[in-house]
Amino acid sequence: MAVDVIMPQMGESIFEGTVTKWLKKPGDKIERDEPLFEISTDKVDAEIPSPAAGVLKEIKVAEGQTVPIQTVVAVIDAAGSAAAAVSPAPAPAPARAEAPTAPAAPAAKAEAKPAPAPVAPRPAAPAAATAGVRGDGHGRRIHSSPLVRRLARENSIDLETLTGTGAGGRISKKDILAAIASGGSVAARPGVPGTAGAQAGGPLENAVPRERIYFGSYEVQPMTAMRQKIAEHMVASKRVSPHVYSIEEADMTRIAQLRARAKDEFEKRNAVKLTFMPFFLRACVQALRAFPTVNASADGPNVVLHREINLGIAVALDGGLIVPVVRNADEKNFLGLQRAINDFAERARSKKLKPEEVQESTFSITNPGTYGGLMGLPVINQPNVAILGIGAIQKRPIVIDDAIAIRSMVYLTLSYDHRVVDGAIAHQFMGKIKAALEGWNEEIL
Amino acid sequence: MAQVTYLEAIRQALDEEMARDPSVVLIGEDIGVYGGAFKATEGLLARYGWERVIDTPISETAIVGAAVGMSYLGLRPVAEMQFMDFIVCCFNQIANYAAKSHYRWGAPVPIVVRGPSGGGVHGGPFHSANPEMYFVHTPGLKVVCPATPRDAKGLLKSAIRDNNPVLFFEHKFLYRRVKEELPSEDYSVPIGKAALRREGRNLTIASYGAMLHTCLDAAGELEKEGVEAEVIDLRTLLPLDREMILASVRKTNKLLVVHEDTRTGGIAGEIAAVVCEEAFGDLDGPVVRVTSLDTPVPYSPPLEERFLPNAARIADAARRLAHY
Repeated sequence: MAVDVIMPQMGESIFEGTVTKWLKKPGDKIERDEPLFEISTDKVDAEIPSPAAGVLKEIKVAEGQTVPIQTVVAVIDAAGSAAAAVSPAPAPAPARAEAPTAPAAPAAKAEAKPAPAPVAPRPAAPAAATAGVRGDGHGRRIHSSPLVRRLARENSIDLETLTGTGAGGRISKKDILAAIASGGSVAARPGVPGTAGAQAGGPLENAVPRERIYFGSYEVQPMTAMRQKIAEHMVASKRVSPHVYSIEEADMTRIAQLRARAKDEFEKRNAVKLTFMPFFLRACVQALRAFPTVNASADGPNVVLHREINLGIAVALDGGLIVPVVRNADEKNFLGLQRAINDFAERARSKKLKPEEVQESTFSITNPGTYGGLMGLPVINQPNVAILGIGAIQKRPIVIDDAIAIRSMVYLTLSYDHRVVDGAIAHQFMGKIKAALEGWNEEIL
Repeated sequence: MAQVTYLEAIRQALDEEMARDPSVVLIGEDIGVYGGAFKATEGLLARYGWERVIDTPISETAIVGAAVGMSYLGLRPVAEMQFMDFIVCCFNQIANYAAKSHYRWGAPVPIVVRGPSGGGVHGGPFHSANPEMYFVHTPGLKVVCPATPRDAKGLLKSAIRDNNPVLFFEHKFLYRRVKEELPSEDYSVPIGKAALRREGRNLTIASYGAMLHTCLDAAGELEKEGVEAEVIDLRTLLPLDREMILASVRKTNKLLVVHEDTRTGGIAGEIAAVVCEEAFGDLDGPVVRVTSLDTPVPYSPPLEERFLPNAARIADAARRLAHY
């Protein structure tokens, strides 16, 4: 039985995609969900798994060709008969077959030094070797090195966008340095919301003269691209938005007990861990509905009240952080929120977030309690007007009806933009969150 | 000024240290009347007398055992192994007594055990070994392997002045083959410091002993092809100069280790582990070894030639690594 392989739709507004690489040749056996080809779209590059097990019968779209979504790009013979007639692959489009680009020295530096003498080229390895490395049946592997991966990480470069010139098509130090020098391959990877990757960004200014910074023994570490974006974003947010802070505490005992009771069953049924986060998201949704000015952005003399409730969730990464956005959080049920949070956290850490997934938040939440923080006073994630900080949930002695009780307590902090939100609103907003948490009455299973 | 051979540099170090310090004594087989199998102690008996240049029966165990005992009584004995192959005969004296004495009894053992090691001279399986790694695995010892006359003299002086046991692996292939001018004044070379012999940016080659010269030959060949190899002379295997190795790897991002010792359990394995632990994120290729084969050193000249690393094999490995 023949199964058509189609060009998938990789995002709301995406209507076409480019096949960048076939990982299988006609006649190759393939398992269901095994990577079959790679595509590139306006927003994201991805590896597309095979829809069926069998033998790849025919490739209809060559590497380098761009086709509309839903176009049949290949046919798989799901019967798996190896004898199935095999059509040859169309010749690859020339664009993709270019030789790896030599590092174009930046014009300003061109005169300073002759280009470093390249390492003498080895007798060209047979081109087939490259194909062999990638099409090894275990999906695409990008061959690089620890050094290359580190430099890619530090400079936010997507290795999939580079062409390797090392042995067997490996991405070498030379290739990654060229990419960094040209600056052109900086991936369209999610940065911090609000700071587009292309934006050059002014140099980060110092608060004191430089000579007061360097003394004694020190080491200078260049900021990674992500670090710089965070720095610029934080400075801009603090400069533009007058921050005010409100602190509230909520009694989490009821939720803690509910969670302890339901945890195992929840995990067994849904194959996803039950954390405190969806409770907080739910409470935020209720409070944001009640106080729309907190779910807003400021634009000069206008306040933009967002009708969608899109919650940005700060996720800490090695050397940085990212804020994926749970869109339309008010339309998701409890399980849906928990799944979205786990999925984002996991993909944020493995750098698999799509650009659109870190944009268009209307309110943000950060969680200093994860690292034991009693409370934190966060900086507003622009273009929001407020951000909620959740402290560590701790058992504390609390006075209830003139008796001292042991309750699970949490400090909640709200940083808000006083241009848009006043203290009265902020405290009512926090009261609403507190009431939603303390009076939790929703089924979670 | 006169060019001094590696062998003469060693003789000078012994002579000068004996003149400087009356507690320095020599002990070994045929070192007195005969002046040593390779003439490293020639003339010293006449100059310092039989109490300080002691000929012994053929027993390495007795030589090192006596040296340990003399060191307890305030002397600084330099024991000669006629060939370093036979240092394993006194393994117990070195590994159990000399290495542990300071640690266990607070009694330092300021002895040097020195002698010719290495192949390339058709000496066969009992007169060509590189037994340094048995001892690199033994805490409490220092293991020194000089590659140049200047280092041979300067490091031997440091070894004699050291208050703990130092094993000094001379390379017999270099004895009369390498020469250089030496400083006229008294000097020493610190134990535990490697030397940068050649700068480069495409890869680092680390080696020691006779192989250092082979590596420099290979680096010269590679330069003609545009491959710039940085060459490090380890000089001391224990303690290893990790800082210099790591600094060089952080610069070139690739490392080739070359040694004449056999492959398995050679210093290259230890260096590879250090680099992987400390500088993994700086590696742009695998750490590669070029070493002798895992066999005894063959007597047959063609077999020995095949057994030992040579400049062509080193250059080939370096080329592949540079283009990796």
